[in-house]
Amino acid sequence: MTAADIAAAVRSGERSALEVVNEHLGMIEAQDLKVHAFNLVNAENARAEAAQIDARVAAGEPVGPLAGVPLATKDNLCTKDLPTTCSSKMLENYHPPYDATVVSLLRAAGAVSLGKTNLDEFAMGSSTEHSAFGPTRNPHDLSRVPGGSSGGSAASVAAGFTPIAVGSDTGGSIRQPAAFCGVVGMKPTYGAVSRYGLIAFASSLDQVGPLASNVADAAAVFDVIAGHDRRDTTSIQGFIPAAQAALNLGVDGLRVGVLQELSGGGGSVPGLAVDVLARTREAAEVLAAAGARVEEVSVPSCTLGLSAYYIVAPAEASSNLARYDGVRYGARVDAPTASEMTTATRTAGFGAEVKRRIMLGTYALSAGYYEAFYGKALKVRTMMLNDFARVYKDFDVLLTPTAPTTAFELGTRMTDPLTMYVNDVCTIPSNLTGHPAISVPFGLGDDNLPVGVQVLAPATHDTQTFRVAAVLEAAAQEARL
Amino acid sequence: MAQRITRDEVVHVARLACLTLTEEEVDRFTQQLGAILLHAADIESLDVIGVEPTAHPLPLCNVMRADVVERSLNPDAVLAQAPEVRDGQFLVPPVLGDQP
Amino acid sequence: MSPPTEPKLPAGWDLVVGLEVHVELDTATKLFCGCINRFGAEPNTNVCPTCLGLPGSLPVINERAVELAMILGRALGCQVNRSVMARKNYFYPDMPKDFQTTQYDQPTNSDGQLVLPDGFVVGIERAHIEEDTGKSVHVGRSGRINQAVYSLIDYNRAGVPLVEIVSKPDIRTIDQARNFVDELRAILVVTGVSDARMEEGSLRIDANVSVRPEGLAELRTRCEIKNINSLRSLGRAIAYEANRQIDLYEDGSAPQQQTRHWDENTSRTTPGRSKEDADDYRYFQEPDLVPLVPSPATIAAIDETMPQLPVARRAALVAATGADSVAARILVERAQDALALEAVAAGAEPNKVLKRLVNDLAVDDWSNLDATALAELIKMESAGALSASQAKQVLADLVESGGTPQTYVKRRGFEVVDTSELKSLLEQLVGDNPSEWKRFCAGDQVERKKMQGFFTGQIMKATRGKADGKMVAELLNNAALVG
Repeated sequence: MTAADIAAAVRSGERSALEVVNEHLGMIEAQDLKVHAFNLVNAENARAEAAQIDARVAAGEPVGPLAGVPLATKDNLCTKDLPTTCSSKMLENYHPPYDATVVSLLRAAGAVSLGKTNLDEFAMGSSTEHSAFGPTRNPHDLSRVPGGSSGGSAASVAAGFTPIAVGSDTGGSIRQPAAFCGVVGMKPTYGAVSRYGLIAFASSLDQVGPLASNVADAAAVFDVIAGHDRRDTTSIQGFIPAAQAALNLGVDGLRVGVLQELSGGGGSVPGLAVDVLARTREAAEVLAAAGARVEEVSVPSCTLGLSAYYIVAPAEASSNLARYDGVRYGARVDAPTASEMTTATRTAGFGAEVKRRIMLGTYALSAGYYEAFYGKALKVRTMMLNDFARVYKDFDVLLTPTAPTTAFELGTRMTDPLTMYVNDVCTIPSNLTGHPAISVPFGLGDDNLPVGVQVLAPATHDTQTFRVAAVLEAAAQEARL
Repeated sequence: MAQRITRDEVVHVARLACLTLTEEEVDRFTQQLGAILLHAADIESLDVIGVEPTAHPLPLCNVMRADVVERSLNPDAVLAQAPEVRDGQFLVPPVLGDQP
Repeated sequence: MSPPTEPKLPAGWDLVVGLEVHVELDTATKLFCGCINRFGAEPNTNVCPTCLGLPGSLPVINERAVELAMILGRALGCQVNRSVMARKNYFYPDMPKDFQTTQYDQPTNSDGQLVLPDGFVVGIERAHIEEDTGKSVHVGRSGRINQAVYSLIDYNRAGVPLVEIVSKPDIRTIDQARNFVDELRAILVVTGVSDARMEEGSLRIDANVSVRPEGLAELRTRCEIKNINSLRSLGRAIAYEANRQIDLYEDGSAPQQQTRHWDENTSRTTPGRSKEDADDYRYFQEPDLVPLVPSPATIAAIDETMPQLPVARRAALVAATGADSVAARILVERAQDALALEAVAAGAEPNKVLKRLVNDLAVDDWSNLDATALAELIKMESAGALSASQAKQVLADLVESGGTPQTYVKRRGFEVVDTSELKSLLEQLVGDNPSEWKRFCAGDQVERKKMQGFFTGQIMKATRGKADGKMVAELLNNAALVG
């Protein structure tokens, strides 16, 4: 059942929210030992919230658009009085005293969070293997990774544990796992969704966004969570989401660019798989057949994205993660002095990938290297913004693969961080520019695993990404039938 | 190509980041960070004269709030998450260094 | 209030001082959250996710804090710039995020000046916005930081808005350093930017001190002196530090650039125990905040509503009353200059107005006293209707309860016996004491004086001291002439 079906059934009284929630909790209980999508399943709260919704329905009171829809919440979004761990030993027992804005909005819309999903520690990774609590597995093939860092959220949707989920995307952390798990995942325009209560990885890149089993459900979640929040300075004032309204517009007359640098042009994406490239080309054909004007287009600075990202994101992270010092909350390892205590706590509390990025970011900001690395990376962002602005004069959306390959096997990319980082090459540009992008499942690879294609749009044109994704989704479903 | 980052630099950076590394970790990070920085050579060597930096993807400015009091946290909630507490305050081992 | 005497430097050496003054802004709430900005609350009661740096929290800047910073900038003649907040990264338990949100290469205010009361100009490099840290108490055998057994941290002060005013190294004497702080405080109070109370820590001073051989223009290695918590300490700390550096040079050695602490108890500066490499702060633009871009209209509005600054107020007071520089400084500092000007405009004698206010109005609250009443009082004093000590008492009454001086003159029985009453009293006394009167009229200087005393005493006795002695003398002399 889709989220839309569930909400309609709950609203009409045809099904009770409690029944829906119990059914999904049952699935999680039966199967999540294998998948490990969840760090925490919060059955008691979920049942209580579902019962409240049922009481409102019975009393004839209005319920929200997601009434009774089971939701999975990435474990880096703060939930009041419930553990919020970022899959780190550092926050293993941390209970925030407040809810993230996104969490409050979803609850107000009637969605029922069943628990907190696994992620790469502090959202740093592309496989959910860098979790202090063990990896999540891909429901399509348990020997494969679900992608990351929102691997738990993507796996929850793919396994049918929850029809919808929320994740965060700093360099592709919603879209890449969505592609690996065969679900829809969307990164909104920077500032479209509040970051208040999202535990920061890289503040100028982080965005919260939806994952869902289909485009319409993702659009429904987007319409609930997007909008201005006075508690987030970088939130766009006057942003009014209307993704659902655009789902049936079609793409007739739309100008679609196939982004050469990320779609195999000149081998600029190292390791781009032939099957993934083929699906991307097919997606372009589908759009052309539906009336879109499709052309190849070049955004040269895209190839610099990976380097710029792996300077900017660690630099901001090194500062954002300084606060884990053992003083106010979280883990503490005792030592004779405060400064030794902080060092001991951080050394024991952070995993290898987090340490690696903190080290990289600290180095990139340190005296003597700032200009060579961080300063340059910020200028690359400008170049990319300029390049995209030029292209978007002639195009409404751009098309690329979401990830260079389908889901890889667990343990195969843990030794060389660079091979892991290269996974993000197609998703990173949208984070550096702050533009919206969606990954939609489009056929299978040679290994029978899902392939995702990505639709990019200019800032605040989030609706366009859903509109195009709906057409691709319909074509993919038709092909399967 | 010259080594991108030395062992000494790795040790120095770890100290700045309040991390203790084992000898083995120093070796590994020296190699791994070196490889990542080598990859970043494409931007290091870039001609960016006349290009303004973008620290932020959106061209926002002057986002402020009114100087109006809002409710603070309940003191119990403030201290509930602390590793150690005494007299309504956060207790830490003695702070020795001065604040810079 | 005599200024402390200037400690002397050995001959042949010049002093070079730049000051960094941290000032807490007088806002209702903190810089990035709605927690109350107030001194002296129970520990950790004015804190929220943002000022505690809890994971996921975000800052939103306080517009009043930004406005106050710009007001101060304009009062110091600064350019008000497009500015950005930056993160200064270092680990310290008092600092909830383990970075301080401050300004770095793009401060709100730059390139201003502060004119000292004697006309000496000190350049202002910048005046930037930043947040304060929490406060730790070190609990241990001696209560001193280096012997603490553990430390306790209160984050009420974390996130309180500050402006840091950085002077150029233009200060050459200890008096100038003290005058700089004094003048800055006067500006802060007049503009409402801060209450500038050193004793509550809402104004804190660091001094960058170096010395150089007399006449040389070079800047030598400086030391930053922290923990200076009064104007008196400021002078002593600079003197101690300058002498320490001179001794080093004269021994053929040289000071090292470092942070040093002023120890009030031992009257010495000691090197700080700052960590190695701690000065690599890895500044970068705060990604959770956006640039502050004041419009020309905003700056024009600040200029238009700028209150008259101390330097102009002192000049106005001097021009209207002939006040000397010390009196002018005191009255402007106490914000009693308007009162003085109004009283003088209402016809009171300027000298007496200044004297009465400077000597007898060193109080916190004089809101009951209005200029008309003050002018009346001074006129009565000038006319001889009140003695100096009586005027002082009536002034105290006015400050205490308001109203007109007449009320208190009457209540205290200070009414003067009038001239006609005195005349008839005197006539009676002359009649009753003819021989004494004769001795007064015909006697030599000594005799005359003696008899004047006799008559005055009799009159005072009859009027129970209410007669004006001067007037009695005048009447006696006039009567003697007439015969």
